Amino acid sequence: MKRTAAGLPLAYRLAVASRSLAALLGGYLLASLANVALALLTPISQVDAALLGMMLSFLVYLLAFIWCFACRSAWRAWAGVLAPSALLAVIAGLAYGMQTP
Amino acid sequence: MKEGFRQAMAWLHTWTGLIFGWMLFAIFLTGTLSYFKDEISHWSQPEIQRHALDPAHSLGLAQRYLNANAGSAASWFIQLPSDREPAISVGWREPGQGRRGFVSKSLDAASGEVVQARESRGGDFFYRFHFQLELPHPWGRWLSTWCAFIMLLGLVTGIITHKKIFKEFFTFRPGKGQRSWLDGHNAIGVLVLPFHLMISYSSLVLFMYMVMPAGIMASYGGETNRYFSDLFGRDVDVSSAGVVAPMAALPSLYAKVQEKVPGARMGYIQVQNPNDQNARVSFTRASSDSVAYRRSQSWTFDGVSGALVSSGAPESAMMMTSFSFAGLHMGNFAGPWLRWLYFVFGVAGTAVIGTGLVMWLGKRQLKHAKSDCQPGELRLVEVLNIASMSGLLLAVAAFFWANRLLPVTLEGRADWEVNAFLWVWAASLLHAAVRPGRRAWAEQLGLGAIAFGLLPLLNGLSTGQGLNHAIAVGDWAMAGVDLTALGTGLFMAWLARKMLRVPAPAKKRAARPAAPGKVTAEAEAN
Repeated sequence: MKRTAAGLPLAYRLAVASRSLAALLGGYLLASLANVALALLTPISQVDAALLGMMLSFLVYLLAFIWCFACRSAWRAWAGVLAPSALLAVIAGLAYGMQTP
Repeated sequence: MKEGFRQAMAWLHTWTGLIFGWMLFAIFLTGTLSYFKDEISHWSQPEIQRHALDPAHSLGLAQRYLNANAGSAASWFIQLPSDREPAISVGWREPGQGRRGFVSKSLDAASGEVVQARESRGGDFFYRFHFQLELPHPWGRWLSTWCAFIMLLGLVTGIITHKKIFKEFFTFRPGKGQRSWLDGHNAIGVLVLPFHLMISYSSLVLFMYMVMPAGIMASYGGETNRYFSDLFGRDVDVSSAGVVAPMAALPSLYAKVQEKVPGARMGYIQVQNPNDQNARVSFTRASSDSVAYRRSQSWTFDGVSGALVSSGAPESAMMMTSFSFAGLHMGNFAGPWLRWLYFVFGVAGTAVIGTGLVMWLGKRQLKHAKSDCQPGELRLVEVLNIASMSGLLLAVAAFFWANRLLPVTLEGRADWEVNAFLWVWAASLLHAAVRPGRRAWAEQLGLGAIAFGLLPLLNGLSTGQGLNHAIAVGDWAMAGVDLTALGTGLFMAWLARKMLRVPAPAKKRAARPAAPGKVTAEAEAN
């Protein structure tokens, strides 16, 4: 695709920008929520769970990044990071609500 | 991105590599130098004499000095000489002044007198640049950690792109232009892949509390300090009693630690409320004694009675995992041979990034080889390639030259060394912008070759501790820096010579993909 880099249509460029934002921001959101969910729900000591959550969150970010550029369209990129984010937000929100009455 | 998974990954590898490649090159190069941080510092402050190690004696000298000069300080910090650091480092904090009132001094390990060494940041400059990039806090740390993530992404997408990773591992076709660069990029990348994966992932672990804080915030609420005390198992600070009491001799406490763990080397020794009824002395084991930081390896004594008050809490498996990543990254545990291996791996990582940047440009320049002018964006990449690679090497050389040439008594001398580094780097950018590509490469590499090649001579002339002296007395840290500079100079001379030679037109033909019409994703990814 970059062989015709000079003559790329605007729609293509916007799609690439959209994917990049999905990866950068959406991916970070997903990684952060996975981090929170792991930190709150893993049945190990508080500090261990926090460490586990942080250490695994980077792998989530990495996979989200790859997904955003591997999927078929920019819309799918957003859907692919936002849908699991919403699910994790519910799980993490419930866990947080139960922990801090 | 519609051509399939591997093509998409090749695209991602190419473009993230281009955008962050220049910064990654600088991070890798300065990080590689940081494996010899103490050795570079030793070279930068040749006034500091090395003596045979005698920790108990040095500790006594440190206590004597601190008693005389900081008897009423809020706390003392002592770092004993090691195989790599010749001087005793002492520091203290004046009461009620917070972080600002911190004073530090280097003492001679044999006499305990303050060493009058030239002011220089030495190896610490490269070390700090590696993860702070001379940017204000916290932006440098954020940016360098982000680059580490991009490196990790580049490795994973590179592996996906490079399908026949092991089959083609032994393929190196020299003298074939673009193809050779790609072979080199792949071979070095794969050869040190475990190191690359470890080094980029562990950088994320090092600063994860900073860049991925959501878990800590959710789990600990507002009290993030509690996370750190859970992690490091810190003792509760004891406040001063306000009653003067004579302290136990620190060497006697050191002997008690040695009884528990014979032969253990000590890292920081901290004294809270020195010469007070509530004095506390804590010993922490040196990071050179184990791969991971061991919080269990610390002992706190009552500074007056000399009784053991507490020892460090044991680590959990999760802590050992994250501390091991941090320890593997910094390599403090490594002895001389392993340290050199770290250095070689670091050079390899720098080379993978550099060859990638060269290939990106080379492939696109081929298409414009027939016309005289190339598109502006390619010229921009060319200028940035030159300044970020040969320019950075020149800047490093400038730092070392400034260290030897600036007057020893100059006000703000350490800052001037850093300024020399930054100015030469900026000048290299300017030079690259006004000179044609290959000429600019050749001139900067040639100048760098001279600067590095003559550094041992400059060292010998200005300090009298040149190679002949250093090798004779066995000062391998000093000689090592000189010899590495010499090697770097020779390597840069070889590169400059290659750049001066006009490339044969036959090379262009060889650079075309072997099978026409069958462009592989791998060829796409450069």
